[in-house]
Amino acid sequence: MHAKEELLACVVARLIGEAAHVAVGAASPIPAAGALLLKQRNPALRLSFLHKRKGNPFTEGSRELFDLAGQGRIDVFFLGGAQIDGEANVNLVRAEGRRFPGSFGSAFMYGVVPKVILFREEHSPRVLVPKVEFISATGNPVALLTGKALFAWQKEKRRFRLESVHDGDDIRSQTGFDYDAPQAAPRTPVPTEKELALLRGPVAKEMAPNYPEFARRVWPGIS
Amino acid sequence: MTPEELAAQIPDGALLGLPPDYSMPSMAVVRSLILLKKRNLRLLGVPVLGLSADLLIGAGCVSEIETSAVSLDEAGLAPRFTEAVEKGEISVRDATCPAIHTGLQAAEKGVPFMPLRGILGSDLVSLRPEWKVGQNPFAEKQDSILMVPAISPDIALFHARWADDAGNVWVGRRRELATLAHASKRCFATYEEKRPGNMLDDELLAPGVITSAYVTAVAPAARGAWPLGVAGLYGIDDEHLARYARAAKTREGFQRYLDEFVCTPRKSSSPASSPA
Repeated sequence: MHAKEELLACVVARLIGEAAHVAVGAASPIPAAGALLLKQRNPALRLSFLHKRKGNPFTEGSRELFDLAGQGRIDVFFLGGAQIDGEANVNLVRAEGRRFPGSFGSAFMYGVVPKVILFREEHSPRVLVPKVEFISATGNPVALLTGKALFAWQKEKRRFRLESVHDGDDIRSQTGFDYDAPQAAPRTPVPTEKELALLRGPVAKEMAPNYPEFARRVWPGIS
Repeated sequence: MTPEELAAQIPDGALLGLPPDYSMPSMAVVRSLILLKKRNLRLLGVPVLGLSADLLIGAGCVSEIETSAVSLDEAGLAPRFTEAVEKGEISVRDATCPAIHTGLQAAEKGVPFMPLRGILGSDLVSLRPEWKVGQNPFAEKQDSILMVPAISPDIALFHARWADDAGNVWVGRRRELATLAHASKRCFATYEEKRPGNMLDDELLAPGVITSAYVTAVAPAARGAWPLGVAGLYGIDDEHLARYARAAKTREGFQRYLDEFVCTPRKSSSPASSPA
């Protein structure tokens, strides 16, 4: 048996693939776990956890991340959104009369980081909409990963294609935007024994100081 | 000089540059601004804001805010900011982090604008008429690039680990505070402890120093960032932030929070110690 978070972390590790430097923002425990999992296999991978309270990777303040990214020295970054639409736009500002925190660095990072992975655990018509109410950021992502499914991005068509489903949910009815799909979408591969051992061993241990609540919830008694 | 005296020098309507919760806001002065009933402050988030902005907005001190986001991080949405924006009580100029950093860097260099990559295609560009899109003058082919104007706050306000006899302050790796101080017309800082002598004489300390040329006035405030933290000294008081987030969901709860922690300064300045 595995937790949903473990499956998602394994997908994240595969999506990162070949990379030298991955930056992970605040409130992103699953992307962080995926990146740490990949680092177990590729120790040369550089991971920058932006919100690290101790041992933060930067010495020039919070602008250094953006300077690095502007030069092309960050290969992979994760973005989410209050809304994400079928053209891969993300909205972090406002929806349905409600105000959200704001765009953070998304408008910049989406344009300058080569591999952007869209990640939002909630998969619902409320989040995955035909058209966002406000475009915080736009670009060409590698993929959109949710708690129910994985979509690949087709750059030429500017349209998502369903790659796999995690639990066999009816994805069409849960998705507000239109997308391409195979006749029968395969199941997302479940974590291997080896992946689970890494997640529950070294990854859990490294996650605990920076994501204590997440680590306690997913790996009770381990982390 | 005391934090109250620093706050008294910040006039109504000032453009106030503030750091995020992770980068040493001067909560001691923020609480004093509320006690002094400052009005129409314009806040600049460098590049985002949290508790300091939510308190000032909830207390009615703010008319306008420019920031890339306002949130309480793990404690969730910033409730007073959220309600004030949804009810149209304050105006927000939405930005994105590197645009604010770049605007401040232009100001510290004394140039009118600076270009930066990305951002084109975001609705932020059409919301911000003062941001211009132009052709890269060095490119032979078409190459559009965003230019943002210099940002020069009236006052930079933050907390520092140390001040010294020479009027310098030490912020360590939080160098966005140095950029903010360099770009602002005046700079007020509270500090944890006073060091004798001049920190610029110490090669190990000097790189984390903001030199006195930029510092208008300082005031001692032990645990002056509380309930936020100072790296290596005390950590963010997560429990207090969670308590604030719950209380501030309603106006009444927010007022009770102010009564307990802001209008009774003894309590806020001597909280139980927490590990860094």
